[in-house]
Amino acid sequence: MVSSRSYIHHNEEHEEAVVVEHIGKTFYLTREGHLLKRLRNRAHQERIRALHDITFRIQRGEIFGILGPNGSGKSTLIRILSTLIIPDEGRAWIFGHDVVREDMIVRRLINRVSVEASFFKKLSPVENLMYGARLYGLSGPEARQRIHRILRRLGLRETSYTQPMENMSRGMQQKVAIARAFLTSPILLLLDEPTTGLDPRSKREVQSLILELRDEHDATILLTTHDMVEAENLCDRIAILDEGRIVALDTPDNLKARIAPYPEEVTMEDVFMALTGKALDTTGDAILAHA
Amino acid sequence: MLRTVRMELRASYAFIERNINLMRRYMGWEIVWFAYSLASALSITYIGAAMERISGTSVNTDYLILYLLIGTLVWRFLSVVFNDISEMIQWERWEGTIEYTLMAPIHRLTHMMGQTAFAVLHGAIFTLAIAGVIVLFFHISLAQANLLGSTLMLIAGSLSFIGMGIMASVLPLLFPERGAQMTNVVQALLLLFSGVYYPVDVLPSWMQLIARASPATYVLEGIRQAILNGVPTRALLPTILYLVAVGIGLMVVGLWVFEQAERYAKRTGKLKRNG
Repeated sequence: MVSSRSYIHHNEEHEEAVVVEHIGKTFYLTREGHLLKRLRNRAHQERIRALHDITFRIQRGEIFGILGPNGSGKSTLIRILSTLIIPDEGRAWIFGHDVVREDMIVRRLINRVSVEASFFKKLSPVENLMYGARLYGLSGPEARQRIHRILRRLGLRETSYTQPMENMSRGMQQKVAIARAFLTSPILLLLDEPTTGLDPRSKREVQSLILELRDEHDATILLTTHDMVEAENLCDRIAILDEGRIVALDTPDNLKARIAPYPEEVTMEDVFMALTGKALDTTGDAILAHA
Repeated sequence: MLRTVRMELRASYAFIERNINLMRRYMGWEIVWFAYSLASALSITYIGAAMERISGTSVNTDYLILYLLIGTLVWRFLSVVFNDISEMIQWERWEGTIEYTLMAPIHRLTHMMGQTAFAVLHGAIFTLAIAGVIVLFFHISLAQANLLGSTLMLIAGSLSFIGMGIMASVLPLLFPERGAQMTNVVQALLLLFSGVYYPVDVLPSWMQLIARASPATYVLEGIRQAILNGVPTRALLPTILYLVAVGIGLMVVGLWVFEQAERYAKRTGKLKRNG
């Protein structure tokens, strides 16, 4: 496999892993109704402004968190950086490569773990990982060696290596998803709510894997979450996204200092409520704060 | 350069290996599909065997059996190739893996090559297995058949089905809920218009015009010429070359259409919808 590091733009020193400038995205959702009716009537399309003038930079080696409720635009942003959505406005670069114009190079540099584990459910972890490894150009023997090493590291029982993924717990599936990302040695890892829906133990294990990726594999990490504690514990800096706009961006301590003279007395949840006027309910949906 | 080619070939092989693994895991459905296809092929071929009794007139039964058998086997092969390619996006939507596959650092040509190689291999094994069972039920003589010519005709014709399959595969990309239904309609129309079980000149004239636009019409006519009448390969060459040209054209257009559809889906956010 060609090392993802060999694709880093050599003309400049790219201490900036991600540069996002004035990104905007609008979706048009078609409401129910037959085709002719929908074509005749534009009112049958609902306009959703997913992202509005998003600008930020991520330094190499940083864990950068994006905190926001469901529907705030976190996943759309991750998809734009993953080359899966083309923005309407603005541009984004990963290690100096434009995500739209140089999408093939960008794909070599990144990997993504999403909230859905995205596996062939009837295939085993080894079969799924083998598919991923070959897509990224690894040879069969090299892939097998890496897969077994990573699965052992994750603590998977050898008997489960060949069992269908659908028989595994969600926590275990999510760990295999992270293993798949490890496998291709990305230098930017996009983690889209990787711990949502996991039990506390699985959540902690996934979080420790994230830290290991950064510390031992020199990866930069962009993490979206609506778990305030997770964001505070893992992230060097946090952007708070609400209704497609960044309402605040700073280190956890500085964010807290914005709303209270004694930061140790406030939580990230207080910060979120103060800056957005909303609270997060248990499922991650934003609800209006009651005064 | 060599390293890039090697990586692309490995990526292409990823689709073959993945599909073989999926086939193994869904073996129950593969057996059901085989049993259904075999029963359907036998039923159609028995129409040939029964024609003398049905019509009450003298019929060249062996010729009719072979005529129908060619139709059912060629159609089986071409439809498996078409299905495997046209459903590549639909499968991934069902599994929820479409975004993972489409963000892999591979060219669409590499993706298509892998999917196509599997489809042709799958179609060939599936069809040969059906043929192997059918010959146990009927006395089939291939004494005057030009097998080389018919094989070349089939290969040339499958290029067009690969191209059409690639084009049809974009339907689930553009229409997440109705795309798969549309793909089945395309396949049904090809079956109706292409003279799979009858000469196209029995169709109304407007249907014959459409039949002449279908590559399957030429494949079936050419293979019947080669097997039933023993027409030599040299005489089949113009049709073979025509099919190769049309096939390459359809594959190039198919790839272009797929890339445009992928871009459209990325602009409108249609990739993310699963199921």
